[in-house]
Amino acid sequence: MSATGEARQGVGVGASPRARVRPARAARRRVSLGQGLLYAVTGLILFYLVFPIFVVIPVSFSSAKYLQFPPPGFSLQWYEKYLTRSDWTGATWLSVQVAAGTALLATLLGTLAALALVRGRFWGRDLINAFVVSPMIIPSIIVAIGIYFFYARIQLIGSPFALVLAHTALAVPFVVVNVSATLVGFDERLEYAAMNLGANRRQTFLKVTLPLIRPGVLTGALFAFVTSFDELIVALFISGTGAVTLPRKMWDGIRQEIDPTIAAVSTIFIVLSVLVLVSAELLRQRSERLRTAIPTQVE
Amino acid sequence: MVVGTRAAAAPTNATEGGSRTEPTGRLGAVGARVVFEDLEKRYGDVAAVDGVSLDVAAGEFLTMLGPSGSGKTTSLMMLAGFEIPTAGEIYVDDRPIAAVPPYRRNIGMVFQNYALFPHMTVGENIAFPLKLRKVKKADIQRRTREVLELVELPGYEARYPRQLSGGQQQRIALARALVFDPRVLLMDEPLGALDKQLRESLQLEIKRLHERLGVTIVYVTHDQQEALVMSDRIAVMNRGRVEQVGPPAELYDAPQTRFVASFIGESNFLDGRLAGIEGGVAQVEAPGVGVLRARLGEGLASGTDVAVTVRPEKIVFAEEGEGSDGLNHERNELDATVEDVVFVGEMHRYEVRLTGGQTLILKRQNRAGVRRYERGDSARVAWHVADTRLV
Ligand SMILES: Nc1ncnc2c1ncn2[C@@H]1O[C@H](COP(=O)(O)OP(=O)(O)OP(=O)(O)O)[C@@H](O)[C@H]1O
Ligand SMILES: [Mg+2]
Repeated sequence: MSATGEARQGVGVGASPRARVRPARAARRRVSLGQGLLYAVTGLILFYLVFPIFVVIPVSFSSAKYLQFPPPGFSLQWYEKYLTRSDWTGATWLSVQVAAGTALLATLLGTLAALALVRGRFWGRDLINAFVVSPMIIPSIIVAIGIYFFYARIQLIGSPFALVLAHTALAVPFVVVNVSATLVGFDERLEYAAMNLGANRRQTFLKVTLPLIRPGVLTGALFAFVTSFDELIVALFISGTGAVTLPRKMWDGIRQEIDPTIAAVSTIFIVLSVLVLVSAELLRQRSERLRTAIPTQVE
Repeated sequence: MVVGTRAAAAPTNATEGGSRTEPTGRLGAVGARVVFEDLEKRYGDVAAVDGVSLDVAAGEFLTMLGPSGSGKTTSLMMLAGFEIPTAGEIYVDDRPIAAVPPYRRNIGMVFQNYALFPHMTVGENIAFPLKLRKVKKADIQRRTREVLELVELPGYEARYPRQLSGGQQQRIALARALVFDPRVLLMDEPLGALDKQLRESLQLEIKRLHERLGVTIVYVTHDQQEALVMSDRIAVMNRGRVEQVGPPAELYDAPQTRFVASFIGESNFLDGRLAGIEGGVAQVEAPGVGVLRARLGEGLASGTDVAVTVRPEKIVFAEEGEGSDGLNHERNELDATVEDVVFVGEMHRYEVRLTGGQTLILKRQNRAGVRRYERGDSARVAWHVADTRLV
């Protein structure tokens, strides 16, 4: 979880592309041994990180009845099982709904919070900023326990709405971080210009500010969606029996029925995550393009 | 709000020729009068603007000129409505505007970095103020076309700002600020980011537009040359205050303070004590030099410390002026040694040392018949009393 969390943050804030500096020819030979070592270690680490994918994806197409690697033959039976069993599709649909709700709510709150935290000049701003972003740092289990006791008392366990609220708390930091990043580079004189030309505050926000920070807002929304969609720990505590999300269902599934359906679901999950990260990167590039003065083709 | 466009009427006016207009202008009814009354803006202990009073006539081109941090931008921001004055009042056509929000002031503004909306085309940028004013679509198109012709960039509607050069962006910003017919136009160092040549041609272009449209312009710059070329009047700002207001020639020839004398053009200063007044001419005792005569400044009493100031191009080497233009009486004449000569193209710029140790700068045209002095030469320098001021 923490690894994906960092990845999300990294892509969102978008370290500007470093200029690739070519080592001088003389220097290149001298460092070649060190470089070889570097490549080897980097390759090993990357392999270690993506290794589970090389197991999970083949297994999801397995013709065997049990989790078995390497798979003896090719079959789509586990995808079929996933798509035809109502407990799996129900959990998926619920997860989509909860994630969509979370994305909506977190984007709204996170964007407004980012505006206040970047633009505002008030006492305790840094403190509030740290507080808003804290769910990104605090271990999920601690958040989950806190939420569990609170929700149990006000009888919100097992409600999808409660899940949306809890996930929103976890997702808001991603929106705040992404929107803040676009706001920091925002030229406020554009807003002055808009007002000077006759736009009131609402019109200025809708016609000038929002279009220009949109990439950050959309990236934040995507991350909020994914944060909710693959969230397990809080769901374990508060989904009860009435609001079983997909990760929760997988958790249950792996303990009750050890068959490759899990692998099929995981594969779908992986594809979805990759799509989200690619979209986020495209959005980031788009926002960068909007800001540079280099003439480009009209879109 | 004026919905009809002046841009349509402008070409007919242009045929009348570009003679220099009086501040009130022939389209004088269009521009608004702007009055700053004891305007003040404080940030904590810092007074960014410290009691500015100005009366800008309808249709006038007034430039606020001053060094960095003198409160020029802050004054403009208060006029545009983005800063709230700590004290004082601003009137546009005799109506106080403190309670009017920026988006209802109908004051056009060109920002230093142009502030064009990067996500909109040139056409959309220019249409922005018109759409907000619910102008009909056909009219928007027509007025966009007209204003683009006015700034000499016809047919640029579909471009994005990032596809334009700095000078072109500047013109589009100007077009956007003019298209909704504001009665006052504010410009904050609009040419600051451009190279010298482009700056000079745009200076003339903006001036020509002003004469054609009759809009009141409050222009900000720290470039004295720009201020001299463009303005009807200049307000010299220093530390949040107005040091002096007047037409360019008056500020240049009759600076009232040392700051104005040194900020606009180059000046020599000789410190001394006002010894007396003889026939309306001030007698100043400068240590090691003797008595210098100068035009009397206002409200100066005998015995006060003053500085005598004279422009470098008003000083001559003594033998050339004699007999030719009656300079020999009514002038200050001093012994000097040439310290340095610099060739600057159309001029030679001399630095001479006086007997009292002070140095003077003087400039002589680079043409046949003007003797060149060398470093170490002794010479006699002279200048007319009428060209001598007290500050
Ligand atoms: N928001 C602010 N908070 C505190 N001080 C400010 C603020 N804005 C301006 N000042 C101060 O007020 C003074 C005047 O600033 P202003 O921007 O009006 O100067 P300026 O004449 O436009 O200078 P420049 O030529 O550099 O643009 C400066 O000393 C500046 O530091
Ligand atoms: Mg300024």
